[in-house]
Amino acid sequence: MLLQISEPGIKAPKPRRIAVGIDLGTTHSLVATVRDQRPLVLEDAEGRVLLPSVVHYRADRRVDVGYDAMVWQNDDPENTFVSVKRYMGRGRDDLPERNGVPYRFADAPGMVQFETQAGTVSPVQVSAEILKTLRERAVRTLGDEIGGAVITVPAYFDEAQRQATKDAAKLAGLEVFRLLNEPTAAAVAYGLDQGAEGVYAVYDLGGGTFDISILKLTRGIFEVLATNGDPALGGDDFDRTIYDWLLRETGIPTPAAGDARRLLTAARAAKERLSEQATAPISAPLSNGTVVKANLSRETFDSLAADLVKRTLAPVRKALRDADLSIGDIKGVVLVGGATRMPCIRTAVAEFFRQPPLVDLDPDKVVAIGAALQANALAGNRAGDDWLLLDVIPLSLGLETMGGLTEKIIPRNSTLPVARAQEFTTWKDGQTAMSIHVVQGERELVGECRSLARFELRGIPPMVAGAARVRVTFQVDADGLLSVSAAEQTSGVEAKIEVKPSYGLNDGDIARMIEDSYRHAQDDIEARRLREQKVEAVRLLEATEAALAEDGGLLSADELAVITQGMQVLRDAAEGADWEAIKKAADALNEASVEFAGRRMDYSIKKALTGQKLEELSA
Amino acid sequence: MTPAATRNYFELFQLPALFQLDLEQLDRQYREIQTRVHPDKAAHLSDTEKRLALQWATLANEAYRTLKQPLERARYLLRIHGVETREEDNTAMPKEFLLEQIEWREELQAALALRSLAALDRLSARLRTEIDSLLVSLATLLDVERRHPAAADVVRQLAFLEKLDRDIGQAQTELEG
Repeated sequence: MLLQISEPGIKAPKPRRIAVGIDLGTTHSLVATVRDQRPLVLEDAEGRVLLPSVVHYRADRRVDVGYDAMVWQNDDPENTFVSVKRYMGRGRDDLPERNGVPYRFADAPGMVQFETQAGTVSPVQVSAEILKTLRERAVRTLGDEIGGAVITVPAYFDEAQRQATKDAAKLAGLEVFRLLNEPTAAAVAYGLDQGAEGVYAVYDLGGGTFDISILKLTRGIFEVLATNGDPALGGDDFDRTIYDWLLRETGIPTPAAGDARRLLTAARAAKERLSEQATAPISAPLSNGTVVKANLSRETFDSLAADLVKRTLAPVRKALRDADLSIGDIKGVVLVGGATRMPCIRTAVAEFFRQPPLVDLDPDKVVAIGAALQANALAGNRAGDDWLLLDVIPLSLGLETMGGLTEKIIPRNSTLPVARAQEFTTWKDGQTAMSIHVVQGERELVGECRSLARFELRGIPPMVAGAARVRVTFQVDADGLLSVSAAEQTSGVEAKIEVKPSYGLNDGDIARMIEDSYRHAQDDIEARRLREQKVEAVRLLEATEAALAEDGGLLSADELAVITQGMQVLRDAAEGADWEAIKKAADALNEASVEFAGRRMDYSIKKALTGQKLEELSA
Repeated sequence: MTPAATRNYFELFQLPALFQLDLEQLDRQYREIQTRVHPDKAAHLSDTEKRLALQWATLANEAYRTLKQPLERARYLLRIHGVETREEDNTAMPKEFLLEQIEWREELQAALALRSLAALDRLSARLRTEIDSLLVSLATLLDVERRHPAAADVVRQLAFLEKLDRDIGQAQTELEG
């Protein structure tokens, strides 16, 4: 690489980075990118954009994904995972339908694990297989390594579910720019496409989750006012009502796993057909040679589905109330998710909002397109004229207090990022450790909220009871992920924090899974680490060059020399093959730029506010 | 050089430290700052810049939330003037106010017992008027007369009414089911 000499005020040309948006859905997943400033949903070799979110594990540990996995679901249901998104960040006790599914659950605490013929796998690993397939599709189509990805999650996903999604991406070798809420992604795609302004509702009924978000769109700012939903309600449940009806109608006994899967597939096909026509014939051959036959009319289906449809409207009301808005304030309703093709949903939405919903964009693709647009912006591929997303935390964060009660520390619908500090004291003389239990949810009893993690604080200086004042800060970032830091106030000692996620994986688990996956692949882990560090080094060098070009004038000659020297060290290291040396040089350059970054930020804010004042004066 | 948590929120948005705030101006300044500091703007930058963006955006959100809500804004102004509202341990209230509270609560219970959404809506509208009139006197006490201890009394009363307002909202949600 040539040494670039850049003078302040002259901008270095920015190379384009490949960024993708991924809609990791319950029933199917998609990957999209932006090419020539247009969003583009990527196809597989057969020209299909939807990848069924199905993963099959073979006895020899080979893995089939998508359509290749679907062919196994009737004959090998135990090892074929559909709708795995429902299990992300969930414990065994959280599962609504453990008996109706063919999987063998491992007897382990924390997040559910499945026993397969290829060994025990977690929902994170299953999701990683889907993400890997999409990554490979993107690399093949775009002909280059992926710089980073935006992955969408239901707005109503809690912290454990978000963390699980991010872990899956890490496992799949993707750098996650951002986890983006599905309705927000849809709003970006819709808003940018239609130039919408005003308050919009995004009604998102996916395969396994329901989300409602109320957003205000003003001059390129997408501000989420409130979000609500049901993390266990989706198109799958509509299939299940048809399945239950089929059993009642035909009088057949509860079938074994393979036949259950066949009947569910037939139920789904009937549901989809009813979006186009008034009746759907059902015909499902069972393993014993008999064929289940029935005729489902749209009228019957609508009455079967009425309760589920109604269940989506309660969160809608709550979101409106949280946003302090009434139905008349909503300018438009955007439909997202394949399940919103059902006429009963469209009718219910139109009646509730007293206006026909907006269906200009393909409800299957709109989320992936929004994610791709955001990924492109985050990669720095756009100039300064882009948009801003202000999203919220969907569920309140709280702490367990005496008697198993919850004390809320961050209320739901707070704009992200957000932080709150809380002070704790010791209750025993000489106490040097304490435990903090963080939960998420709206209920008053800890047992009725989701347990996120237990934080053990250690290293508190010994004092008499009640004398120590430990200030614990809970930070939730733009992805909705939590981090905790603590310091004893009187001594200034930083307490050590050990995190025990209730349903997640710790960093050690992730590292082990990554190494595990390489034991069965040609690629090796050292090569991956080197590749990752090189990408990281290039990114940091480019960012530093751009910063110097823009604001180099904020530095003295000596300060500039320290940074340029750090850059040279990193450049040299990145030429070599020692990933640890590259990482060390990158850390050193980061460290050397702390003061510079702070000055740049202050300068930028001052410029922003005074610039605006001048405009107002001239207006 | 992390964004100091002690930075005055009014100064952050370059607005006068008054209770009667130009909310549109606040919105504009908040957006202007977030457009610069939001972590999404730093996604392709160095780790140092990402961390700084997170801290700044967190501060801007906290400052905006505080100044946007009248009750929070009043508490914050009083704190700047060295007056703590001490809502946890100062429960001394005028007797008439407490009697009114009992009446409000009884009406809420009655509406709930009848499962009457209309009664809840009427109650909510009346409470709104009451809250608005207290906010008007708060504005005078804080910005014109600068009687801070008296303003703190009104803040404590408003806290009661806002709690009632939330409870009515909760009841409305439950009835709408």
